[in-house]
Amino acid sequence: MVEIHAYLCKNCGYCVKFCPKQILEIGTQRNRHGHFYPHLTDAGACISCAICASMCPEGAIELPEKGDA
Amino acid sequence: MAVYKRPELIADAPSGYCPGCLHSLATKLVAEAIEELGQADNALNVISVGCSALNILYWSGDFLSVAHGRAPAAATGIKRTNPERLVFAYQGDGDLAAIGLAEIMSAANRGENFTVVFANNQTYGMTGGQMAPTTLIGQKTTTTVYGRDPQTTGYPMKMCELISTLEAPVYVARFALNSPKGVNDARKGLKKAFRLQMEGKGFTFIELLTNCPTNWKMTPLQTLEYMNTNTIPYFKPGVYKDKEAQA
Repeated sequence: MVEIHAYLCKNCGYCVKFCPKQILEIGTQRNRHGHFYPHLTDAGACISCAICASMCPEGAIELPEKGDA
Repeated sequence: MAVYKRPELIADAPSGYCPGCLHSLATKLVAEAIEELGQADNALNVISVGCSALNILYWSGDFLSVAHGRAPAAATGIKRTNPERLVFAYQGDGDLAAIGLAEIMSAANRGENFTVVFANNQTYGMTGGQMAPTTLIGQKTTTTVYGRDPQTTGYPMKMCELISTLEAPVYVARFALNSPKGVNDARKGLKKAFRLQMEGKGFTFIELLTNCPTNWKMTPLQTLEYMNTNTIPYFKPGVYKDKEAQA
């Protein structure tokens, strides 16, 4: 299950672009640095591939455990 | 077990890099590779001048910040006096391919047993986007406003190709960080370079193609596309020298 650390996000959009399931989207809330940050639109569809986490330049996405999305 | 965990070698705070800058991704990959090898407490980052110097705040492990272009020279001294440590120099293209060209070529030629991580974004990012030795033909920068003209400024320098012609280096490779495949390959390449260093094999050189959304004057996603259509055809990713595979 994807865990997004909003305070680290800079809204580059790489996670949204590379998600193979296209279930990430940039939200309308800003973090404390003024950046919009992503959220999962369909947590059940996440396949825990970790491409979003791997591509995130800031390490703002982690996948603590597999399979419990 | 975690599928993906943020490396502890990078600070638990946003990096100093601009949004979408692949420098921070490069730093994260280096941290991941070192942690996967269990060398987190043993690693020493020799930080050069330029945007790479933002690692001073971002890197949580040991580091030494050195003079412009002289990271391979400093790393030589560090590694020779502390041979048990994992030493790597983290340099940008202005630092490595311009002011530090003598140091990198000499260190590579001597086959010093450390790793150089070369982040190539084809511009001087920190000082305002001037032309670097690696700037592509036709690429606009603040000092080549009509695009780089080889008649007056020469051609982009291919550091991997140059270094791979030397006898001493054991592993020379280039990876592009603009796709998940490139990032995975880069992680493996970095891990291999650090492993070879810890085995005492010799000089290893990893070039990572990165971007500069601020000075290329593009959005982060546009820079990834620009890299596909312009950077990668000129700076071709691949392994340029691998003595281990040849043996």
